[in-house]
Amino acid sequence: MVQPKVLVLRTAGTNCDAETAFAFESVGASVERVHINRLLQGERNLRDYQILAIPGGFSYGDDIISGRILANELRLRLGDELKRFITDGKLIIGICNGFQVLVRAGILPGRGNAVAAPEFVQTVTLTHNDSGKFDDRWVYLKPDGKSVWTHGMNDVINLPVAHAEGKFIPSDDTLLKSLIANGQIIFRYCNAEGGKPVYPENPNGAVNDIAGIADETGRILGLMPHPERHFLTTQHPSWTRYPEVKGRGHGARIFENGINYVKKNL
Amino acid sequence: MIWRIEIKEKAGVFDPAAEGIKKDVADLGLSGVDDVHIVQVYTLDGDLTRDQVSRISDELLTDKVTQEYYFCPAQEYKHTPTASDHIVEIAYNIGVMDPVEESTLKGIRDLGIITVQSVRTSRQYHIQGKISESDLKLIVEKVLSNKLIQHVVKGFVPSLKVVSQSSYQVKVGLVDLIFAKDKELVQLSKQGQLYLNLAEMKAIQKYFKGLERNPTDIELETVAQTWSEHCHHKTFRGNISYRVKEKSKFKTKMIRNLLKSTIAKATFSLNKSWCVSVFHDNAGVIKFDKDDHVCFKVETHNHPSALEPFGGANTGLGGVIRDILGTGLGAKPICNTDVFCFAPPDMEFKHLPVGTLHPKRVMKGVVSGVRDYGNKMGIPTVNGAVLFDEGFVGNPLVFCGTVGIIPKGMEKKKTFAGDLIVVAGGRTGRDGIHGATFSSGELTDESEVVSSGAVQIGHPIQEKKVLDVLLKARDLDLYSAITDCGAGGLSSAVGEMGQHLGATVYLDKVPLKYQGLSYSEIWISESQERMVMSVPQSKVAELLKIFSDENVEATVIGQFDKDHQLKLYYHDVQVCNIEMEFLHDGIPDITKEAVWALPKNKEPHFLCPSDLRDSLFDALSHLNVCSKEWIIRQYDHEVQGGSVIKPLVGKNSDGPSDAAVITPKLGLQKGIAISNGVNFRYGKIDPFWMAAGCIDEAIRQIISVGGDLKQIALLDNFCWGNPDKPDRLGGLVRCAEGCYKAAMAYGTPFISGKDSLYNEFAVGKETIAIPGTILISAIGIIDNVNRCLTMDFKKAGNLIYIVGDTAAELGGSIYYANYDSVGNDVPLVNFKTALKTFESLSAAVKSGLVRSIHDCSEGGIGVALAEMAFSGGFGVTMRLDQVPLKGKINRNDLVLFSESHSRFVVEVEPAKQKQFERNLKGCSLSIVGKVEETPEFIVYGLNKQVCINADIYDLKEAWQKPLRW
Repeated sequence: MVQPKVLVLRTAGTNCDAETAFAFESVGASVERVHINRLLQGERNLRDYQILAIPGGFSYGDDIISGRILANELRLRLGDELKRFITDGKLIIGICNGFQVLVRAGILPGRGNAVAAPEFVQTVTLTHNDSGKFDDRWVYLKPDGKSVWTHGMNDVINLPVAHAEGKFIPSDDTLLKSLIANGQIIFRYCNAEGGKPVYPENPNGAVNDIAGIADETGRILGLMPHPERHFLTTQHPSWTRYPEVKGRGHGARIFENGINYVKKNL
Repeated sequence: MIWRIEIKEKAGVFDPAAEGIKKDVADLGLSGVDDVHIVQVYTLDGDLTRDQVSRISDELLTDKVTQEYYFCPAQEYKHTPTASDHIVEIAYNIGVMDPVEESTLKGIRDLGIITVQSVRTSRQYHIQGKISESDLKLIVEKVLSNKLIQHVVKGFVPSLKVVSQSSYQVKVGLVDLIFAKDKELVQLSKQGQLYLNLAEMKAIQKYFKGLERNPTDIELETVAQTWSEHCHHKTFRGNISYRVKEKSKFKTKMIRNLLKSTIAKATFSLNKSWCVSVFHDNAGVIKFDKDDHVCFKVETHNHPSALEPFGGANTGLGGVIRDILGTGLGAKPICNTDVFCFAPPDMEFKHLPVGTLHPKRVMKGVVSGVRDYGNKMGIPTVNGAVLFDEGFVGNPLVFCGTVGIIPKGMEKKKTFAGDLIVVAGGRTGRDGIHGATFSSGELTDESEVVSSGAVQIGHPIQEKKVLDVLLKARDLDLYSAITDCGAGGLSSAVGEMGQHLGATVYLDKVPLKYQGLSYSEIWISESQERMVMSVPQSKVAELLKIFSDENVEATVIGQFDKDHQLKLYYHDVQVCNIEMEFLHDGIPDITKEAVWALPKNKEPHFLCPSDLRDSLFDALSHLNVCSKEWIIRQYDHEVQGGSVIKPLVGKNSDGPSDAAVITPKLGLQKGIAISNGVNFRYGKIDPFWMAAGCIDEAIRQIISVGGDLKQIALLDNFCWGNPDKPDRLGGLVRCAEGCYKAAMAYGTPFISGKDSLYNEFAVGKETIAIPGTILISAIGIIDNVNRCLTMDFKKAGNLIYIVGDTAAELGGSIYYANYDSVGNDVPLVNFKTALKTFESLSAAVKSGLVRSIHDCSEGGIGVALAEMAFSGGFGVTMRLDQVPLKGKINRNDLVLFSESHSRFVVEVEPAKQKQFERNLKGCSLSIVGKVEETPEFIVYGLNKQVCINADIYDLKEAWQKPLRW
């Protein structure tokens, strides 16, 4: 079997590319960190990869609106390649700033026929936290919906968020209802027991406590929390209290799922 | 045509930025504001159709889910404010960096629209409520803008012209110097903001007399900048006549080069094999593992932060990160550490000297500045401290530190004659003119007018781009040397690199942000985000391509020669030609006077309260002790994935950890610990013991997380008042002597350091000097991070030990501070017993005998125990009569709050008691109590009566409340 190939996209201000690459490499992928200029100039081509990862950071400084400039660059200058990538059944993950990019590009939650002819129109947003500030803290998340990325994940997990613009807002209630009905809500903030969160358990005031969503196929995932920052157990703030805990951190499953899916299906 | 586009939140959308402004206005004591709305304004200049403007608004500038837009040709714009709706529009001053403009231009080009010439942004504030014009003015000045970088837009059309587009006419300015009299020399120095003294001016005069010509303006600027305190460290390198009072008699001794006779002397005497590069490069370098080294540097950016807190801290951090990029052939930054000193944030406005900003505003601005730069660079801010004292009202202290990792062998660099000089990164503008000389003088209430050019805003994404591409070029071996453009700009960078060779620079080749800069301004500008490389001619084409591949500008501006002259040209006219030797070694020796005598502070007299509950609450609520979570969470402390011991730890991740630990290489066990020791209150008694105590504190924090003394390196950062005043300089000498003594005793060499002097603020004829402050930053190597510890109690039933003796040492303590006193019994350090404690404890941790450790610092045993209890979610019972003492002590408060050094609270499982005690044989220790399931904090006094009975959640609340903004 061929080794799954992951393209971790970089541009000015990307800053979680190394640890995202580390996570994918650790679960058996071949990873390349590629500057967007290489794609625009044809030196690299999306079709050579099975997974596109848009990591965290501050693409173009998050100037104007977080993720907007990179989102436009993808939509306007690489739109056809991306649509082809999606209709080929390949996987995309956007983490934090990457999620903001996917949302602003309209790749998530996606419109039109997700399988054959996706349309890129923005219908939801991730905006300024209610707290009015950047917040780096650990949150509990309850998996839901259907995505290849969260296959077999049912228990509450613990991951960090680190953002100033993560409050999920859909354009209207009808859309929210259809996202819920379609199983596109993949992660919700919750309290330690999995119940209804209050601030700071929901760290940004997201509508419906939404922390991550997928497209209709479940192959494109975007989430504000950072699974690559809980890949190793020593990354957890309280790991010294639990000497018995071994193995990988809670975020690792997401990367394992992505790679396993590629191995089985692509 | 000029178009105006306005973006605002849709009705009903919550705007946290507007809420924040309402809060800040309320802090001013103004109550009339009902509501605030913010409108983001973009003004575009270019040949655009209405459809194009519509598309730009729709697809680029607006988030259509929550926002709406409005646009019109700028001259048609009209706004009629209603009676209860005050409108203020604020824009950046001309020449101040606004990164959004550049990004917006890029975004517009991505839409396929290429006719936009320029973009300006501004913000309009709609303030609703009954407020007077003077209230509005106050809000504008104190909350919405800083006049050094921003202005109120009149007529709602911000000027699009950056500066006059007329090209600069070259005219070489000569300074009439060689026949000037002494008085005129002093005048020349003052007028030109050169900050050179008479002896120095005379040395320059003599040099040019020898050349039989007057200096050009740029030559004089170059010398002033190279000889500035900021760049040359005259105080530390010069001679000091030091009068010291010993046994009631004054003795005088001559110190030749304070740095070499204290700080560096320790390093060279210790001669550690793991010290790779010390003192001469941008940062100190030590060994990490078989493939890599780590380097560490801490800088200050006090003067700029006093005037423009956001920009000052922003560029301070940006600057120290560039120090790391310019260490050896370039290191990769892996974490930041930041320490601040402010005046108390609740100071009343009426107590502020004229020309100072309110400390709360300074603090918020500084924190935002560090947050912006550190987060956007993707470098975790893992550690820090914040301290408060009214002495910092005119001069806040902002220390920014960065650690980097660099492959073995790349710590060396060498410039060769014939190499090309390449400047890369940001363009050069008028920002930061005279930054180096400005920081070498006292601030006054005039400073904000005179020195506003020294204030800048950073552009972190520009620096991130430089970082990404630079490390690539380094690994391809495309340049032979590199340094950052810091204080003094190109002048300093090129002057330093070409010191032993000579250099030619064509100033007209330097890429500019805008036209109109004089050649001198180009040469000394301190525009941010620039690096200078020395590039072999055969490699320059490949280097330039690598940079342009990621949209980073890199330009050849000259070359290094072998004639030992510095030659500058502007459009083929030679404007400077001086010897490198004179520039770097021509500064005359000066001797400064210093005097030191132990002060006699008032000793507080009060009876020990029988119930110390309130005293403990007050200690926990002291601003220096209380939780800094509000700050810490605004920093991304986890990016890069390497954090092992975070700044906040414990059951609910909210306890104050000691040192930070990170693994620079993901997935490997080897790590580094970063800590700091800082406490200016001890320096108010004796700077010697302040220095020794700070070194002790920094080391014991590393021991607390499971590190050891085997490989700990130190950095020193002196922030002091005016060293031309003998009493100030005397304290500084005393402090440096303490550094030497402690570093030798612990075997911990200094690898780099920095000083920031002249931290005084003139008010009329008086000055406010900061309390002399030393920051000791420590870096230790951790062999296996899986064995690290945190400070929170882990399990009920475990034994609590105090390791190390407690003496009656409340001088400079938090306990005395809460009685408005300093006292005289400053904590001393017994280096011999401390060494034994550190080594034994490290060994016990390695053997797995310890569950948690916390060092005792501000607030003593009381605060340390309380923090361990509420961070772990457990109660405590403890007995003061069991605490190991030095000398006779018969007061509960002395035992509980004394700040004796080299002490730890240690949690050990009962099953490991014997083994632990065997490991610590020869150390002073005893069991003082145990960890309890019930959340009660109970302390029995020396008379065996309960002197504290408190709920740990109440203690936690007292600790968290003060800075929970």
